[in-house]
Amino acid sequence: MSVSVNRVPPAADALAHLTEISTQVEAAVVLDREGAVQAATVDDERAARIARAALELFRQADAQRDQDLVQLDATLGDGSVFVVRDEERLIAATTGAGPTAGLVFYDLKSALRSLAAPKPKPKPRTRRAPAKPASTSRKKTDEST
Amino acid sequence: MRARKALAVGAAIGSAVGAVMLRRRSGRSRDRVELYFDDGSLVTFAQGSPEAVPLLLHARELLAAARG
Repeated sequence: MSVSVNRVPPAADALAHLTEISTQVEAAVVLDREGAVQAATVDDERAARIARAALELFRQADAQRDQDLVQLDATLGDGSVFVVRDEERLIAATTGAGPTAGLVFYDLKSALRSLAAPKPKPKPRTRRAPAKPASTSRKKTDEST
Repeated sequence: MRARKALAVGAAIGSAVGAVMLRRRSGRSRDRVELYFDDGSLVTFAQGSPEAVPLLLHARELLAAARG
């Protein structure tokens, strides 16, 4: 499987923010659903290898069940691997041994969310002016005259 | 009397240290993969299960690539 590297500035910004807020993440790569690298905290060659392994890992894990896989983590002897996906892309990250998985997942999802294209706001519904209530007042007529 | 007390304390400390080391070692050797699906289900494949073999292989590749 060949993996291309085509860095995307917003993805690089998201990873810069991720490594700033997360002390546990050692390396991270953002890739599209075909495996093309969009941003990475490592050089291109390593990023391509990470993307290839992450895509294979995710695809094989996804095939385990009928439901769609949304995230995974692998605990290894001296470190852990995390992969999270959204509609358009995946983010793969590695940590040292014994990470706080919940926090890492949260940070990775936040990074993906920051990359998602903002959804167009629904048009505000034009509100019709309330109908004027039928006038019940009548001019007072001096009927007494 | 004092020697017997020291022996008992030493044995207690030794067994506690041993228990911690054993737990750490067994925890380290238990590689596993946890999969989270969109219906909220979680599946864990531990080292030794047939499903875990290819997944752990790719995970190790990924970790090795990240560390150069």
